[in-house]
Amino acid sequence: MAKVELRSISKSFGDVPVLAGIDLDIADGEFMTLVGASGCGKSTLIRIIAGLEQQSAGSVLIDGVPVDHLRPHERKVAMVFQSYALYPHMRVFGNIALPLVMSRLRLYERLPLLRLLSMRRRRVMAEIARDVGAIASQLQIDGLLDRRPSQLSGGQRQRVALGRAMVRQPAAFLMDEPLSNLDAKLRVHMRTELAELHARLGATFIYVTHDQVEAMTMSNRVAMMDNGTILQLGLPSELYARPANIKVAQFIGAPAINLLPAKINASGSVELFGEELALRARGAPGAALTLGLRPEAVTPAPLGTTRAGLHALTGRLRRSENLGAEHILHVDLAAPASGTITCRQAIDPATQATDAGGIALLFAPSACHVFDAAGQRVTDVETPSVSGAAAATLPRAR
Amino acid sequence: MIMASAAINAGPMPAPRRNRQRLIESVAGCGFSLPAFLLLLLIYIVPLLVLGYLSFTNYELGALDTRFLGFANFRKALSDPVFRRSLGNTFAYVAIVLPGAVGLGLLIAVLLHRRKRSRSFYEVIYFLPVTSTLIAMATVFQFMLHPSIGPINGVLKALGFSAIPFLSEPAYVLPTLAAIGIWHLVGFNMVLFLAGLSAIPRDLYEAAEIDGCQGGLDRFMTITWPLLGPTTMFVIVTTSITAFKVFDTVAVMTRGGPMGHSEVLLYAIYLEGYQYFHMGYASALTLIFLAFVLIISVVQTLVIERRVHY
Repeated sequence: MAKVELRSISKSFGDVPVLAGIDLDIADGEFMTLVGASGCGKSTLIRIIAGLEQQSAGSVLIDGVPVDHLRPHERKVAMVFQSYALYPHMRVFGNIALPLVMSRLRLYERLPLLRLLSMRRRRVMAEIARDVGAIASQLQIDGLLDRRPSQLSGGQRQRVALGRAMVRQPAAFLMDEPLSNLDAKLRVHMRTELAELHARLGATFIYVTHDQVEAMTMSNRVAMMDNGTILQLGLPSELYARPANIKVAQFIGAPAINLLPAKINASGSVELFGEELALRARGAPGAALTLGLRPEAVTPAPLGTTRAGLHALTGRLRRSENLGAEHILHVDLAAPASGTITCRQAIDPATQATDAGGIALLFAPSACHVFDAAGQRVTDVETPSVSGAAAATLPRAR
Repeated sequence: MIMASAAINAGPMPAPRRNRQRLIESVAGCGFSLPAFLLLLLIYIVPLLVLGYLSFTNYELGALDTRFLGFANFRKALSDPVFRRSLGNTFAYVAIVLPGAVGLGLLIAVLLHRRKRSRSFYEVIYFLPVTSTLIAMATVFQFMLHPSIGPINGVLKALGFSAIPFLSEPAYVLPTLAAIGIWHLVGFNMVLFLAGLSAIPRDLYEAAEIDGCQGGLDRFMTITWPLLGPTTMFVIVTTSITAFKVFDTVAVMTRGGPMGHSEVLLYAIYLEGYQYFHMGYASALTLIFLAFVLIISVVQTLVIERRVHY
């Protein structure tokens, strides 16, 4: 068990910078997820922690000790690869046993013929077999030890890869998109299993994914990366509720957040499609803003509906997706507004909004995320007190 | 395939039509394979049958009458000292060339695999001998190895060693020929091994490194060697068959000498057939030769095939 610290890690491949000064402290036993679109540098970062890639600058500390000069296996970390990287010529037993064979047997004891000279080999192999058996039964793959990886299903291979990582009892588990080769159903299942495994082992997990659902559901903390930097580091709920950057807002949450162009008017309020919202943001009058509005913060209603404290937009229903428990509505905004808004609606035929000549979209101005022209969150936002009372009576979207 | 799927798409058909369809399919199938079959017949099967027939006769090139001898040719071969010596020499030659050409080819491939800029340069250097004509190169080697005017012995003498009679000393002649054989084969094996090496996923080496494979030896024994299994098997089979067929260098450089120490199978067959015109006997020797090649390939395929595919 160990804490992992990254000190201004930079990396460039030739002239192409990939990581620009990453600082990150990962606590002992934490489940830290690095999330971001492909090419954001998250995989490079985890490979640097593993020692498979050498950073251009900066330092990696495991338990307070710099490990930059150490080979991967000396860092006491285990890695699960996206492809699992199981050894195809070994049986499941051999795959899981390899880290132990490497660490417990001397070089000559691993070589053909020469190993016959060893007196202790048989005893060590028996110990290894016992340890492998214990891991295998933990992962419920003890019946598969004689199989070759090619005879396993995707989920079983995943478990073997996990077993190979666990058997060394590493200080930290590094996982590079371990679930992305599984089908959707199995991925949901393995998500739960991984989270339970983390709870059971209490080890430090560093997990790379491009899937925001995995990041949100499993992690203690999430570091959202983009373009070689960490945009935001925090609890999953923080990234969802208070995205620090428009890119974070866009990445976290499904369906994706609605973004609407707005500006600050002369009186210091936010103006959306020519109408003033009950929302004040500090900034130069005329400055361009972007309002982020979660689909779950928008309530669809029959055209003409108004409610105290809620702002209303009108539009026409373009498409509705039935998810069983709810509908996802895609609504084209009517002039003078433009664009499309996605919102969710619980299925309840009595209140279901149908598009009879249009649809009203209601939202509380206080639910808006405000971003400046550079995409940073505007924190200096206040809502006049009237809307505060109204927000309390808001029909909850979820 | 197209016809088969058409038949499936058409669904159930009345019996006479289905039979007709089947007839058309089999006629078409035979038609497609006919050209290849004819070539196979003309080039392999008919000559092989003629060879088999001749091996039971005392046919001599140009002879007017031929007698059927039964197995006499084969009995003669088993007790023929020249043939037995050439068989032994051939196996000794294969025993040197096989590990040499396979091992060196693998070594060079492993060394070159990770190089980026110099790789193609070395590839060309090692592959050049493969593209050369061995007969011509044998003449060059004969000059190079000449005891008095050859540059190799010139260098040895300049360094203070005595000249080595590479081709006239019975103990040296076979190893010398084998070295030339290795020189000629290594490049080809190297290219095959390079192809095999690039097919090994890089992930596996990274996983092995994290799992504690420390040095090149660990890496090689854990990942490279087992995963090169199919390539190695192919290389071993082709190399041993090529080595078994050694002829050019012997015919040009030593003519089986000195004192029969470089007599090999193909050269013995060539002598019997085209120098002494004992076609019947040469045919019997050829059949024995083919049987050995067949045994080598079958045994290697059966034994190794089971252990290299995952």
